[in-house]
Order: sequence, then C-alpha cells, then structure tokens
Amino acid sequence: MKHFSQLISTVEMTNKTNAKIDALAHYFDTAPDTDKLHLITLFTGKRRRRPVRTNLMREWCLEITGYPEWLFQECYSTVGDLGETIALILPQPTHRLDRSLSTWMSEIKSLESMEEEKVESYVKDAWMGLEPQERFIFNKLIGGSFRIGISKKTLVNGLAKHTGRQPAQLMHSLMGQWSPENISFQELVSGEHINYDDSRPYPFCLAYPIDKSVEDLGDADDWQAEYKWDGIRGQVVRRNEKTFIWSRGEELVTPQFPEIIEAFQGVKDDVVIDGEILPLKDGNVLLFNDLQKRLNRKNVTKKLLTEVPVEFYIYDCLEWNGIDIREKPLSFRRQKLQGLVASIQSPVVHMPKLIAFTKWDELHPVRENARSVNSEGLMLKERNSPYHTGRKKGDWWKWKVDPLTIDAVMIYAQRGHGRRSGHYTDYTLAVRDGDNLVTIAKAYSGLTDKEITEVSRFVRQNAIEKFGPVRTVKPELVFEIAFEGIALSRRHKSGVALRFPRIKRWRKDKSAADIDTLESVKQLIYHG
Amino acid sequence: MINSYLKYTDKGIFCIPGKFYLDPWKPVDRAIISHGHADHARPGMKHYLCHHFTTPVIQHRISSDISVVSKAYGEVTDIHGVKVSLHPAGHLIGSSQIRLEYKGEVAVFSGDYKVAPDGLSAPFEPVQCHTFITESTFGLPIYRWEPQEVLFNKIKNWVSQNQAKGYTSIFLGYSLGKAQRIMKLVEGLGQVYVHTAIENVNKAIESAGFPLPDRQIMNIENKTDMEGKIVVAPPALFGSKMIKKIPHGRTAMCSGWMQVRGSRRWRAVDAGFAVSDHADWDGLLGAIKATEASKVFVTHGYQATLAKYLNEKGYEAYELLTGYGEKDEAGVDTENEENKPV
Ligand SMILES: [Zn+2]
Repeated sequence: MKHFSQLISTVEMTNKTNAKIDALAHYFDTAPDTDKLHLITLFTGKRRRRPVRTNLMREWCLEITGYPEWLFQECYSTVGDLGETIALILPQPTHRLDRSLSTWMSEIKSLESMEEEKVESYVKDAWMGLEPQERFIFNKLIGGSFRIGISKKTLVNGLAKHTGRQPAQLMHSLMGQWSPENISFQELVSGEHINYDDSRPYPFCLAYPIDKSVEDLGDADDWQAEYKWDGIRGQVVRRNEKTFIWSRGEELVTPQFPEIIEAFQGVKDDVVIDGEILPLKDGNVLLFNDLQKRLNRKNVTKKLLTEVPVEFYIYDCLEWNGIDIREKPLSFRRQKLQGLVASIQSPVVHMPKLIAFTKWDELHPVRENARSVNSEGLMLKERNSPYHTGRKKGDWWKWKVDPLTIDAVMIYAQRGHGRRSGHYTDYTLAVRDGDNLVTIAKAYSGLTDKEITEVSRFVRQNAIEKFGPVRTVKPELVFEIAFEGIALSRRHKSGVALRFPRIKRWRKDKSAADIDTLESVKQLIYHG
Repeated sequence: MINSYLKYTDKGIFCIPGKFYLDPWKPVDRAIISHGHADHARPGMKHYLCHHFTTPVIQHRISSDISVVSKAYGEVTDIHGVKVSLHPAGHLIGSSQIRLEYKGEVAVFSGDYKVAPDGLSAPFEPVQCHTFITESTFGLPIYRWEPQEVLFNKIKNWVSQNQAKGYTSIFLGYSLGKAQRIMKLVEGLGQVYVHTAIENVNKAIESAGFPLPDRQIMNIENKTDMEGKIVVAPPALFGSKMIKKIPHGRTAMCSGWMQVRGSRRWRAVDAGFAVSDHADWDGLLGAIKATEASKVFVTHGYQATLAKYLNEKGYEAYELLTGYGEKDEAGVDTENEENKPV
C-alpha cells in the first residue's frame, strides 16, 4: 500500500490541481495494473456496501485503547473524521503488514460474507499492523468513501497524462459497465467495453459576465436575450439511439437524470443539445442543494425523483443529423432546436422563449424583475455567433441581477469538512425580531483563510454551549450575507427562505445592534 | 488556593509567603519565569528570575535593561522561607520547571515541557511533589509523537527528494525553540540559511555559551544562493513575498498540530511534520505519574479534557485558566496558538 499511501499524502497536501494530476500520473506509471483498476474503482464512485458498521469499529477501538467513550468523542470532534480518529488514537503497531492496494480491497470485500468475530479479528490485526497514515487509508477503504479532493475529472486527467489518451474518451470508459474482476487495465483505458463515438461531447461555449453597459454592445437587433437559469449546464448527446448527458465539468451524469433520458427516447436523429437542467416542482425552482442530491447519489431513487424532479431548458443545438453545426449562426441552430422540441413533446424538455425587445431600454426592467420568474438575470447572445469552444469574449454575455444583501449576526458555528475540518466555517446567522434573534440563514463561509482562523478563535473563546460539532456563540460577529432571492416559507421559523445565501463579507465595523430586522428582511420579498 | 501557599489570581499564580508570581500574565513586582516564549515571559515585571540560558533570550525579546537574576538547574534559592529551584523541562534551551518548597510542602509548576530528548535542550527530569501544575497543549490521545529518529528520517527523505529535483526545502518553525530544533535535525543534510529573526534568537542563545549548528543568514538579494538548499523561517512568513521569492521553494510546517490531516491541509503547505516542543498525550500522563503528586492542576490546552480524565483515573485534578497559549500583543507565535484545530 506504500505507493497508494504516498499518493494520498501528496494529493491531500496540495490545492493545486496540476500537482494532483502529476501525482496520479506518477501512481499510474509505477503501480501494478490490478492496483490501478482498484484505484479507479475507488475514485469513480463504483463503491460497494460498507462491510463493517462504524459503531463496531468505534467499539473495537475503545476495547483496544481502554479509553472512555467521552474521550473518544472529544477526539472525534477535534479531528472531524472517524477513520482518522481511530487511526491516531490506537497504540503503536505491533507488527508490520505489507499488502498491495488490490489485496486490501479484495480482502475488505470478502468481509461482507464473514462472521462478525472473524471480521473483528481481521480488522484489529490490520490496525495493529499498520502505521497511522495506512490505518487511516484502511479505514477509508472499509468505509468506501474516499473524499480527499480527487474529482472524477482530476482522475481522468491523471489517467490521460499516463496513457496519452483523450480525457473525454477516458471519462466515458470509466463511466461504462465494468468491474476490476472482468476487465484489464489496458482494455479499460482503450475503451473496449464502450463505443466512444456515440458519447463524444463538444466543449461547452462559456459566457463572460458583462463588463460594460449593454448599450455599448451595439445594435439591439443583432442580439437575443433570454433568462439565465441557475441549474446545471448539461449537454445531451443522442447518437445511434443512445443518450448521454455530460455536465459542464465534463463528467457523465447520465444515470442521474432518467427523466431526461426518457424524454429523448423517441429521437431518431443524431443530435447534440446544450441546455440547463433545473430542479422544478409545481412551477417553482427548487434550491440548488436539492439538485446536488441528484448529482451525489449513485442511484437515483423513486423518492428522490418525486422530491426533486428536473426539467431540461434547452437553448442551443451543436449537432444536427450527425453533422457538426457549431459554425452556423445561432439563429440557424435555434431553428433546428425548435423543430426538435416540437417532435419530442415531453413535459420535461422546454425551449424557453426569447425575450422580445427592440431597444436596450426595454431590457433593463426585465432584468431587474428576473427574480420574479426565478431567474438570476439575463443571457445576451449575438444572433450570428457560432458556438465557440470554451470561453471567448464578445458574443455571449451573462447579465445577472445584483444579489440582495442583509446584515446578520452569527449565533451558531459549525466545523467544516475536508481541508477546513479543524475550523469553524459554517455559520448560522440571525436577524432581530423584537427583542429576540431569529435564524435567517445558514451560510458557508466565503471568508479568507485568515478571517476563518480569526472567527474560529472567537468561537472557541465565546462558545456558550456545545452540541456535537455545533457551538452556540455570543451574538457579536456581524456578517453581510448576499442571496439571490427570498420567498415566504412555512418550513422556516423566520417565515422566509433565502435562495443561495452566502457570506459576502465580515462587517467588523458593525455590532449586533446594527443588524437587520425580520421586518426589513421581509420587505425585500418581491411583490409582483 | 492551589495549596496552602499558592494562590490563583487574575495576574497569575502567586506564592503568598514568597511574594512572587510564576509566569504572570500581567505586570507584577517579582516573576519567576519558566522559559522565554512570549506567553510565559511577558514584559513589565520589576524583577525576573530564570535560567541562565533564558536570560539573554528575554533580554533580547523584552529589553536589555530589565532586572533579571539567572540560576542554574538544581540551584536552590531561598525567598522568604520558600525554597525555589529550576529543573529541566525539555521544552527548549533553558526551559525550566519551577519547584517550590515551603514548610515541607512541595509544588512544581511545569511551564511548557516535552519528555522525549531532542539532543538540544536539557532533557526533562521528573520532580516529585505534592501538587503538580501541568500544561496540556496536546492533551488528547490523538497527539502522540513519533520517535525522534523516525521524524528525522522523514525529514531527511523529504529534503533529499527536494535536493534531487533542485527544490529548496523551506522549514517553518518558531524563532525560539522550533527553529533551533529544526537546525539540529537538518544538520549535515545541506547548507542551512536562517531568517534574521531566527538568527537574532540564535545569537542570544549562543551568547549564553550554548553553541548552535552552522548556518548562514538568508539574504533575499542573493536568492539564487539558496536554490536547492535548506531555509528555516518563522511561520508568520508563510505565504509572504519573501518566501515566494525563494527559487523552487517547497514548504514544510513543523508543529505538533500537523498530526491531524485537517490542520496539514488547512495550511496548504507542501509537507507537515509533527515536530513538537510539547509533551504528547502519553508524555503528559507519564510525567504526571512520575511526580507522584496527589493533586494536579491543568493549565493551557485541553485542560478540561485532561482534568476530567485524570479524575477518572483517581487523581484530584482541576482545570486552571491561565493567560498562556495566547498570542501577546507583538503577535509572537508559539506552538500553543498557531495552527491549533478549534
Ligand atoms: Zn513555550
């Protein structure tokens, strides 16, 4: 496991994606083929059921160390990770185990069918035969979740560097049907189990935030305007009657959106469509977090499908009848799209109408009121523009509404995860309601590392109450929170829900006496 | 009251018959100082008493004209009937535990301490007492240090990997204590350059007659000289322009907090070595046991946790809130504060 342990150490110490890719490529250059396959399995979410329950592992660890439960809890709450806590508090190893990654992974897999006592002695023996860093990895292998900052895309880029193959093709290979038992590393990377020609995506054309006044864009007649939706950018590739969905991160997200797959079922021609996947229920746009649930789940359950239904708002066509039409003008591509949407006739796929305007003046009020239709602003595109590769300034602009802001005071703080696991990064903020403070939003810190360290110190020194990882603190620190929208909500104690709240800045110049009141917050609700 | 003659006050721990304070955090007339770190040796005392090696350090840090009396380890001074002596704490050069004896009742104030020898400071010596006042900076069982040889090998490997690629190995460690220890650990691995803040402390230590390993002073004007070599700098410089100017620099943070992944990743350094000048969990428990004290007072760190654990283990233990472990106004860091997971 030495190579692997080294890879993990390198990857978790760096924030630089390139350094991670290099470390992965180096691993692929040196590790045996079976280990490579297992590593890919580990980082592509092809996980197996957890063979050992966490409370058993905790129990065994307490047995070995003799520590009281509360002390373990104290350690856990400092470390923020169960596997790591166990790895650190166990005594020095008594012997030395040296096995390959694939051996460990197959052994752990076989635990599923073993009796509990045998599992117990296997785990305890492994713990006492490994150094803390290896123990930590072993615990993570058991847990099956290895969140250490290697995204699918980083993995694919590392693999691309090692093999010299196209990242998108490798992505499709990795997403295809395979398991380390029935494929060789060579077969996997050469994509023998897939047909890449069917799934091959185009690079997304990206827009810049507008950096001048719209009037400076020239003749309004040359431009089209549409609402900007804040979902997930998606590219649907339909070829040979097979459908693939690529996200903007160039990840295949096909299994996450069965309703979109179904909508394209009847399409006979080869087409590639660009659009936005939006979580929509009863005509209301849901929170982005809800959409995140769809992305993070390997299997989308029926329950999730009804809880977070999605729709596909389409706005561009890249390939028509198998022909790449990206160089054709936008107006031409949209005509093709019109024909397609008429033939699909699905409640899930829409082609939003363009906003009619003849003068730029007419567009200002539309943008200002964008929130009333759950949109975050406008997209302006040159009618003759081709579909560019990547970001190219000049033809496509984002024209977002300004975020709403309020000042609120921090009342609870919670530790973050991953890189920030030791620090308080998640804050619950409140506004004034008469003599009371009422929770208005929970926001992840958008502060600098230095500010987070400072806030964390404040939390440590001013905690009134501990509740697990949460600290109730003296209401003293005031933050300006920005958000994209606000609506009445019965689910929230304050009676309002903020859309995408985040901390804009720390108002060190303000005290708790200066924060907003619930009344002033409610006045921000759009009355249309 | 801590015992029959020691009292906890808002200025620090006060010895009533001796009329002196132990590492006070507010100005007082007489202060006995355990070691030179800023949170233990503060400015503003009328008279200081400390170990020979600590004197030049506090003179450098506070002022050269302070009134200070120096003592050797084991030397007994009688102050109004209280027998006062200093004993090695192993935390850094000159660091001392303070032993007090009055009418046959013995109390020991640990200051900061480390039990494993580091080849530089006088090794920690357990002192029997009735009442032990201990620090608890790393008072959780997740903090257990690797033996010095294992750490040394890790550091050596890291340096030689860097050397093979032409990278400069930059170590970050506090000017007083950690920096000298790093210098000792990397001695012989390559030319060492130290930041002037560290060199000033080095000079103070050497002026007390304690020789330190060979080094040169880093001069960013001649930055190419440092390429592929070893640099030791204070942690406050992390991310600074000066550090960024060092060609092909790879940075390592040396601190006990580096034991936890979250802290390593938080600092976004290239490497983190859990090199600490404090006792780890086993070290604290071992030291407490060795004093044979029946009463234990736990100061700065995980005082609540350690005190609770000691009570469960049959000690009469209390937590004591002190001013140690916090940054002083000058912002001088010690290991107590910086990088600590919260
Ligand atoms: Zn100290």
